[in-house]
Amino acid sequence: MNTYLLVDFGSTYTKITAVDIEKERILGRAQAPTTIDTDITIGLNNALSDLVAACGVDVENVQGKYASSSAAGGLKMAAIGLVPALTLEAARRACLGAGAKVVCAYGFEIDEGIVHEIESAKCDIVLLCGGTDGGDKKVIIHNAGQLAGSRIRCPILVAGNRVVTGRVREILEQGGKKVYTTKNVLPNLETVEVEPAQNLIREIFISHITKAKGLDKAQAFIGAPIMPTPKATLQAAALLADGAGNEPGIGSLVVVEVGGATTNIHSVADSSPATPQTVIRGLPELRIRRTVEGDLGIRYNAPTIYDLIGADAFLSRLRAFVPSINGQECDAGQHIKYLSRNVRHVPSSEIGLNVDIVLAESAVSTAVQRHCGTLRQEFSVVGEIMVQHGKNLLSAENLVGTGGIFTYGLHPERILRSALFSPETPWSLKPKAPKAYIDRDYMLYGVGLLAEAFPVQALRIARKYLTPVSL
Amino acid sequence: MEKREANKSVVIGTIGSDCHMIGAWVLQKAFKDAGFTVAFLGAVVPQQEFINAAIEIDADAILVSSMYGMGLLDCEGLRDKCIEAGLKDIILYVGGTVAAPLELERNWPEIERRFREMGFNRAFPNTCTAGEAVQALKNDLGID
Repeated sequence: MNTYLLVDFGSTYTKITAVDIEKERILGRAQAPTTIDTDITIGLNNALSDLVAACGVDVENVQGKYASSSAAGGLKMAAIGLVPALTLEAARRACLGAGAKVVCAYGFEIDEGIVHEIESAKCDIVLLCGGTDGGDKKVIIHNAGQLAGSRIRCPILVAGNRVVTGRVREILEQGGKKVYTTKNVLPNLETVEVEPAQNLIREIFISHITKAKGLDKAQAFIGAPIMPTPKATLQAAALLADGAGNEPGIGSLVVVEVGGATTNIHSVADSSPATPQTVIRGLPELRIRRTVEGDLGIRYNAPTIYDLIGADAFLSRLRAFVPSINGQECDAGQHIKYLSRNVRHVPSSEIGLNVDIVLAESAVSTAVQRHCGTLRQEFSVVGEIMVQHGKNLLSAENLVGTGGIFTYGLHPERILRSALFSPETPWSLKPKAPKAYIDRDYMLYGVGLLAEAFPVQALRIARKYLTPVSL
Repeated sequence: MEKREANKSVVIGTIGSDCHMIGAWVLQKAFKDAGFTVAFLGAVVPQQEFINAAIEIDADAILVSSMYGMGLLDCEGLRDKCIEAGLKDIILYVGGTVAAPLELERNWPEIERRFREMGFNRAFPNTCTAGEAVQALKNDLGID
């Protein structure tokens, strides 16, 4: 037996999956409520005992352990840039691709009011960018001055105009800040270079944040550095799409991850013009892209989704699936409130299960729309031409659903269908005809955790355990 | 912030996939005759090259020529890029057949509005002369 434990300290549940790397098999999984407020290892031990009960794994004699965490709010970052569509966008991409949540983002000069906002957002890292190399110096120096005089205590990562990086560091250090510097996220107007910043974010997460978030005890048990959960899923997506060594991947893909508080969309695909006559605008798209919608989650944020759909539309969609509630009094609003207060609720009734589906469908549809690029029409001497902003995912080959609802929910294919291109919104470049898969075993994060040490085995496990569904 | 001193230097070129060079050539001659330093980039010039040249010669203005009707599309985002490149206050002009000819005739105020919205200081239709352009820039720079 060559057993590895893959742990995810989620915001709600601590999940463990045991895998046999040699046989490329999942041995079992278990979960228990996360106990970050008291002692993270309580929840971990509860989950471990469940795991032993479920599959008899000898947890004392495993070969290794890997873990990710989104507990205690996950990795929260503030992004500061100059022009919103340029360095600020590059800064946001750097944060998101590192598995962070961008809790606030600002372009141009920041003032005292914004500094207060950043202070009260309780970020884990502030990413300070602005100016191309040799470009604007004034704004990043001004913003560094504002941060230096603030009460912000988290590390500040500088990835802006190379020419003034030293000066910016000096200003921040004079203000007593912990400063890291790396390469510019936008060295010139045509190159987005987020990897150096992302690598440093990961180092800062390991060296500072794990401890600050009360994860050090977990770290001691695991033995290896803990990574942010979204980063693990993103690594799994990249491995699954591109393959490893001689083991081929399944090609370009979109992963939708529906959670209680957020909906994450990951895509691994090269973006091309939607038609040969299409003109592309905006920063070049990265092959690996992640977006997270902090307002779309089917528990904490159920009321937001409900408001987005509207009470009447919500009820009529629910009726379409549960005809039996026709004519009955159904207080959907009340149920939604209940969900947002009881975030661990797992539905069992027909209505409860269908409410979850309607919520998840809307979350996925909106989140994928925000992730994908758009097309708009312009007129010129040669007739009409199309202008594309953002990433074209029309021809994405695969679509994968992961998250709690895909393990317990009814009709997961219906949720995935809402990620597809729709003739009603032809300007939104969503996938047209992907093959679809469900992560029934909730193991995708684990595949990401294994991706560095055992890429080939991790890939084979992913291919074996993803369930194909027809849309 | 102190106002930048004009040093009578401009960048001129035809933007995008447009290979019409004559308009920009006439323009650069007029500006040279008026005593300006000109970086003349020719035709089929990407936005980035206008900006690079403007940084190198410390230009007062970027003068964009567009003759094939796609000026609006080609100029989108130029001001934003100037800001990142440290050219926040540089003057941006565009001129020529900057939109489809019919549009140009019927909807000039709307076209002008869209260029201004994109951060251009002035837009000129194809009826403007080189002399008028020189005078407009002199006025904007506050020189004779």
